[in-house]
Amino acid sequence: MATADPAVRVEDKLFQNRYLVDAGRCHIKVRPHTTPTPALKALLTACPARCYELNANGQVEIAADGCVECGTCRIIGEPSGDIEWNYPRGGYGVLFKFG
Amino acid sequence: MIDEKFDAIVVGAGMAGNGAAYTLAKRGLKVLQLERGEYSGSKNVQGAILYSDMLEKIIPDFREDAPLERHLVEQRFWMMDDRSHVGLHYRSEDFNEEAPNRYTIIRAQFDKWFSGKVREAGALVVCETTVTELVQDAYGKVIGVKTDRGGGQIHADVVVLAEGVSGLLGTRAGLRKIPKPTDVALAVKEMHFLPQETIEDRFLLKGDEGVVIEAAGTISEGMTGMGFIYTNKECISLGIGCLVSDFQKTGRSPYQLLETFKQHPSVAPLIAGSEVKEYAAHLIPEGGYKAIPQLFGDGWVVVGDAAQLNNAIHREGSNLAMTSGRIAAEAIFQVKSRKEPMTAQNLSLYKTLLEQSFIIKDLKKYKDMPQLLHIQSQNFFLTYPQLVSKAMQNFVRVDGTPKIEKEKMTLKSFTSARSWAGLFGDAFRLARAWR
Ligand SMILES: Cc1cc2nc3c(=O)[nH]c(=O)nc-3n(C[C@H](O)[C@H](O)[C@H](O)COP(=O)(O)OP(=O)(O)OC[C@H]3O[C@@H](n4cnc5c(N)ncnc54)[C@H](O)[C@@H]3O)c2cc1C
Ligand code: SF4
Repeated sequence: MATADPAVRVEDKLFQNRYLVDAGRCHIKVRPHTTPTPALKALLTACPARCYELNANGQVEIAADGCVECGTCRIIGEPSGDIEWNYPRGGYGVLFKFG
Repeated sequence: MIDEKFDAIVVGAGMAGNGAAYTLAKRGLKVLQLERGEYSGSKNVQGAILYSDMLEKIIPDFREDAPLERHLVEQRFWMMDDRSHVGLHYRSEDFNEEAPNRYTIIRAQFDKWFSGKVREAGALVVCETTVTELVQDAYGKVIGVKTDRGGGQIHADVVVLAEGVSGLLGTRAGLRKIPKPTDVALAVKEMHFLPQETIEDRFLLKGDEGVVIEAAGTISEGMTGMGFIYTNKECISLGIGCLVSDFQKTGRSPYQLLETFKQHPSVAPLIAGSEVKEYAAHLIPEGGYKAIPQLFGDGWVVVGDAAQLNNAIHREGSNLAMTSGRIAAEAIFQVKSRKEPMTAQNLSLYKTLLEQSFIIKDLKKYKDMPQLLHIQSQNFFLTYPQLVSKAMQNFVRVDGTPKIEKEKMTLKSFTSARSWAGLFGDAFRLARAWR
């Protein structure tokens, strides 16, 4: 689209949601790496909750607190072994009021 | 934990799992249903249009107490470019009928209601419990499950996998492959709250009437995708989805796409002044007939989105899910009544019954559609919408250009954007895939 992207922060969107965070137990793990694979790089933009970020060393990290459990990163990153994906423990994670 | 043995364990309490668990319990089977959410519905996302016919076949009097939002009297299809939309609207008084055909629903609330019915029917429903593993015997037959609640294995004659599109358990157990990025779409959506009268004014509705809008075009920026705007009583569901492979390829962010869609001049006035109360995202199976995996095996069947039973062309999923759940339950009941074991051979009855239903017939009809739209996404989602908008503008704008010239300009815009051969080829391929 020709028009510039409207300014939007996904954090503001996630702020509306309810979560029960399982502190200290991240349900998704990124395989340790020095340079990110194309699949890992794709996650930086494809994740709808922007859980993936580059750290200061240029490696992809995950902070899954805002994760809406859509499974997109699993589809992109699990077959190559780039990430390991599990559901949060029963009852934890996102709690949709409407869905 | 639970040391008794069940006739059936149902994994998941979405549309498919509830359809299956309800039917099994009604037939008198001993059923355990496990759901990882706080309650049935707390993890589930849908537009959401409910199709009455398929629910009636499970719960005939559902209208008495199901949480329904609006019955649909109007369907709009929009083909959009950046500043316009060309619309096809169908509204009929016939839809104001005694037992309406389609309703909007809110999944978290609807699933909770459905789950209540499953309990009433006699199933044991346990929430906040994630099934972590399928238990198989030495011959590979599925004999039960393990959960994150500890307590070891829970056994059953058959496990109904109603675990939704990403289907972790089945893929881990090697029963089917993880869906490919080209076979699933990622949809993001928001709930926009507005006073009921405002919604009724903006969409020209009275009482419980509702409208749904399906939108395609430049909003997906050349990716294979669609937007939707559905009216509920006091809120509007609005979202957009595109193939995961397209997001992967283009590096576009889903929420940026959503934001651009919301700011489109045709959309913005509909949601102006609303309060957004939730942002959700979910995958949708898009691979159609060719993506359907093995549906049964020794001690297991797979139903709903986990079996990729979704008709993306007609935006039907929940009805295929609950129907496949019901049909699987009926097959299991038949095998059980004959006092036969839940072997792959006996459970193949599920597939046979599915093939006789609308589910496989519909998916087969469109078996070539996904590939066509995916490979040609630039043409179908970017070029054509732009051309059609230009043609419409050319047709309606009165500026002294002779009509014959205008028609020539329109024709030329089509042939220069896409050769005659390309145009005919696309029309032919589309017609064939639709057949
Ligand atoms: C944005 C969007 C709009 C849609 N619009 C429509 C529409 O308008 N009409 C329509 O008919 N369809 C629509 N669909 C499709 C429809 O939502 C799905 O087809 C339907 O929800 C599938 O039902 P299901 O029961 O197979 O899966 P789900 O509803 O996803 O249910 C799966 C359940 O299993 C649970 N679960 C999964 N794994 C485990 C585990 N290991 N242990 C315990 N529990 C587990 C989950 O928590 C969940 O409750 C839409 C989908 C989306 C994403
Ligand atoms: S599951 Fe979805 S929301 Fe969660 S991290 Fe993966 S892509 Fe992001």
